Amino acid sequence: MNNFSYIKVSDAKQAIAELNGDIRNKAVAGGTNINDLLKYFVTKADKLVDINPIQEFNSIIRLDDGGVRLGALHTNADTAYDPIIEERYPLLSKAILAGASAQIRNMATNGGNLMQRTRCYYFYDISTPCNKRDPGSGCSAISGYNRIHAILGQSENCIAVFPSDMCVALAALNAQVNISGPNGERKLPFANFHRLPSETPHLDNNLIHGEVITSIDLPAEGFAENYSYLKLRDRSSYSFALVSVASAFELEQGTIKNARIALGGVAHKPWRVLEAEDFLKQKEPTRENFSQAAKIILNGAFGYEHNNFKIELAHRAIIRNCLMALYPESQRPGAKPSR
Amino acid sequence: MDSTQTHGINLSINSSDYHLQILPWVTLLDVLRERIGLTGTKKGCDHGQCGACTVLVDGKRILSCLTLAVMKDGAAITTIEGIANGEKLHPIQQAFIDHDAFQCGYCTPGQICSAVGMLQEAKARNREEIKELMSGNLCRCGASRGIVNAVMQVMEGGSNE
Ligand SMILES: Cc1cc2nc3c(=O)[nH]c(=O)nc-3n(C[C@H](O)[C@H](O)[C@H](O)COP(=O)(O)OP(=O)(O)OC[C@H]3O[C@@H](n4cnc5c(N)ncnc54)[C@H](O)[C@@H]3O)c2cc1C
Ligand code: SF4
Ligand code: FES
Ligand code: FES
Repeated sequence: MNNFSYIKVSDAKQAIAELNGDIRNKAVAGGTNINDLLKYFVTKADKLVDINPIQEFNSIIRLDDGGVRLGALHTNADTAYDPIIEERYPLLSKAILAGASAQIRNMATNGGNLMQRTRCYYFYDISTPCNKRDPGSGCSAISGYNRIHAILGQSENCIAVFPSDMCVALAALNAQVNISGPNGERKLPFANFHRLPSETPHLDNNLIHGEVITSIDLPAEGFAENYSYLKLRDRSSYSFALVSVASAFELEQGTIKNARIALGGVAHKPWRVLEAEDFLKQKEPTRENFSQAAKIILNGAFGYEHNNFKIELAHRAIIRNCLMALYPESQRPGAKPSR
Repeated sequence: MDSTQTHGINLSINSSDYHLQILPWVTLLDVLRERIGLTGTKKGCDHGQCGACTVLVDGKRILSCLTLAVMKDGAAITTIEGIANGEKLHPIQQAFIDHDAFQCGYCTPGQICSAVGMLQEAKARNREEIKELMSGNLCRCGASRGIVNAVMQVMEGGSNE
């Protein structure tokens, strides 16, 4: 790690002022990502701004509109095991518990989870070119080992994927990110929070330096009856997704009234295609219809030498997970399929 | 920018109080091993990927390699050296012996602290869930089976202390 100074802040205003002081002043919450990146010299900081003492960021509260507000500093573990989340948003609970390890979930915060950076090997290896780490230097993954990389929404500048599990569920649930910054407060729909790499792969999301995430709002509809999170990876636990799928349905007399399908591990942001969800409306929840929806979602997907397999894997994972969502009790720890 | 400034922090480690002057970038793992001399906590990967550095902070299992010591001012830390009650082994420690739950022993302090943390969390109800909730601790010797057996013994014995 490079040498940096350290300050604890106790309210949002102070955090924003400290971060704004210098582009190399960085917020630290659970530390599970930024401390690792500092150790590898992928990130450098002049000052770490410890936001943990900000009490107002550390709660889960019910909202008047029936939704729930997740504090940015609430830990991933406390969120996943919160009785309200387990009961009303089990998709979110399952997705969080499919990520990382128990120790990391005890440390990791909700705000930090949204802000975590890609696990692209070249991004982590400072001896190799990488447009995300060092804009303009090139992308080592396109012609390198790209097994874990994107099949959708990538650009010729970067083919990295966003690695979060939690965020796949938040995307499916139409969450909203609440932000506070030097110019006041603003809200972003979840779909507009993370970015595609296009010409600016160094920007993962639309948070501007100096802003902080204060909380994440969940709408009242939590799809607690029919949901499933499926995570496929190289080992059955403590490993990032090659492909993951969050599916959620509202069913009415055997037909689909409302469908949500989001993919993880395939793009620079959680991937949703509204056209596929619209296609499923008023249809029966059959394998054939889910396969058709999968085709719509994966329209335009393309791979590289080592990750072509993800296209077929994603297709099958979508079908399987949508079928599992019809029987949520079929899910087991680690979000492994049991059928 | 004065980046060489140390911060005074108080830590309670295995029920002893310490006041330390700490540079901001020093991890809790390095403080435990290099400053306090508690070398039971192991450095495996130093990047959050193996669990060897697991300790309990205010009762919760966390990774000391990804924790900056300055951020834990005022916290109560339990390391493997503080798990037993004097000469009396913690039930998990005894169970590890009973079930041959280690070979080289390098992952063991982290496994034991993690298991103690997991039992306190009380979310694992069966073998499958133990495996899932202990997956943050890797064992290169392949003692995992014995580790799960050891945890099962303590769970079934009903002692979650
Ligand atoms: C070995 C390992 C395995 C993992 N496996 C998985 C996995 O399978 N699935 C998964 O989803 N995740 C996984 N993770 C990632 C983990 O979930 C993230 O590291 C964690 O969620 C980050 O949260 P944090 O609070 O620790 O963030 P920090 O490390 O403290 O911060 C991360 C970034 O977020 C910024 N930040 C933090 N809070 C705020 C805020 N409120 N406002 C603005 N900026 C903020 C920081 O400035 C920093 O840039 C894994 C991590 C490790 C180390
Ligand atoms: S895929 Fe993106 S993060 Fe990975 S090397 Fe290319 S530019 Fe860097
Ligand atoms: S040394 Fe901390 S997880 Fe490996
Ligand atoms: S006993 Fe050797 S690594 Fe686990």
